[in-house]
Amino acid sequence: MRPFSYEKAPTASAAAAAAARNPDAKFIAGGTNLLDLMKLEIERPAHLIDVNGTGLDKLETSPDGGLRIGALVRNTDLAADMRVRREYPLLSRALLAGASGQLRNKATTAGNLLQRTRCPYFYDTNQACNKRDPGSGCSALQGFSRQLAVIGSSDACIATHPSDMAIAMRALDATVETALADGTTRKIPIADFHTLPGNTPHIENTLQKGELITAVTLPKPVGGKQLYHKVRDRSSYAFALVSVGLIVQPDGGGRVAVGGIAHKPWRVEAAEAELPRGAKAVTARLLEGARPTRDNEFKLTLVERTLEVVLSEARSAG
Amino acid sequence: MQGPGNFDLSRRDVLKLGVAATAAPLVAQSAQATADSPVVQSVTLNMNGKIHALQLDTRTTLLDAVREHLQLTGSKKGCDHGQCGACTMLVDGRRINSCLTLAVMHQGQKVTTIEGLGTPGKMHPMQTAFVKHDGFQCGYCTPGQICSAVAVLREIQQGIPSHVSAALDAKMQATPEEIRERMSGNICRCGAYSNIVEAITEVAQNPVKVSA
Repeated sequence: MRPFSYEKAPTASAAAAAAARNPDAKFIAGGTNLLDLMKLEIERPAHLIDVNGTGLDKLETSPDGGLRIGALVRNTDLAADMRVRREYPLLSRALLAGASGQLRNKATTAGNLLQRTRCPYFYDTNQACNKRDPGSGCSALQGFSRQLAVIGSSDACIATHPSDMAIAMRALDATVETALADGTTRKIPIADFHTLPGNTPHIENTLQKGELITAVTLPKPVGGKQLYHKVRDRSSYAFALVSVGLIVQPDGGGRVAVGGIAHKPWRVEAAEAELPRGAKAVTARLLEGARPTRDNEFKLTLVERTLEVVLSEARSAG
Repeated sequence: MQGPGNFDLSRRDVLKLGVAATAAPLVAQSAQATADSPVVQSVTLNMNGKIHALQLDTRTTLLDAVREHLQLTGSKKGCDHGQCGACTMLVDGRRINSCLTLAVMHQGQKVTTIEGLGTPGKMHPMQTAFVKHDGFQCGYCTPGQICSAVAVLREIQQGIPSHVSAALDAKMQATPEEIRERMSGNICRCGAYSNIVEAITEVAQNPVKVSA
């Protein structure tokens, strides 16, 4: 790990101001992904701004009947909150499908959205990776790509976003609230938050430099049956090959977001219109333009079958 | 030359000297304030009820502070990347991977390691159960397994759901299926899993004994 200086910020605005003063700084909250990457010198901040003392750890009902989730709310606490369990069960289920008990106790809501890919070629510093070292190439394209993206990818990068929680946030139409060093704030719809790799896979979201996530908000509960199904190589503590978050309403309409297949949570609103016609019809629209590798083309079938599993589970749940 | 068991230098001292020797040039550089200089800060840790004031390189993980600076070597370094759980400690009662957090971030928090749960003369009920059910072979993962298991039963008592809980708002039960899922962040390469589940199940059935 490279040496770094460390400070603990008392407020969100102080943290954003500190980031503006230190161009090589990173915010640290849970640290479960950042420190992992710092040990491998994939992340090399010269300064760490600890935001754990900023008080952004509240879970509150918002005036519009939705939920305001402080950036520092830990994954365990968010999944266990009774409002989330009863009114946003998709979010609880997605969180509980991710990581381990130890990691969920530490990992935060904002950090979960910002975690980096687990593409093995990103982690192996001997390999070419445009995300880690822009312009160096992509070893994954000709490598073992079984776990990697099948859609929205580019010739520069076929990495996936690893988060389960973000799949639920995308289906629930969350909004990301931020603070900037100049004292202003922004609200970014989750659909506009994560980006596709294109020619700049090192850019993974639309945050500006030094912009701090302060909260993630959810609109008032949408009801329906909410299910999350994750397919992985072992039954616990593994990243998704494919995961499906589903909200289905009594009239057969609903929402679908898919994880494990793209550089961001994958949701195509036009595909949701096909829900009454079943998994095959939805998947055909959802995966239009897919460009899988020989290693991961099985994911196209797996998405359809996983969606069929959750749709039939929703039907049998009465 | 002295006889076995009476060395002037323990293996740990030799390792520390090695670290000191390699660290010396870096410390000399730090006065020049180059970009690669280590940064040292004061940290006060509350370890198993005792307060320790330390001067630590900011890079020091909680695990390394506890093992290398406080000589509490019960907590183990397995993968050092949050994948194996051998370093599991309780911070303010919650289990975390101590390898994935910095010591400087835990000023004022109450940290409990296996040494704080029990002693050979007065074992924690979870330790007793692991011995009774042979919940280990080589023992390397065991301190992390036991810290994690104590927290798992507390999480179940608090009603925190898991991936395998059938209903999200029902009372949580310490079934073998729940214990397996909740313990999935603790790897045992000897494969003592079935005995570990039996040990935790026994303690779960006697909740009065669960403490610390």
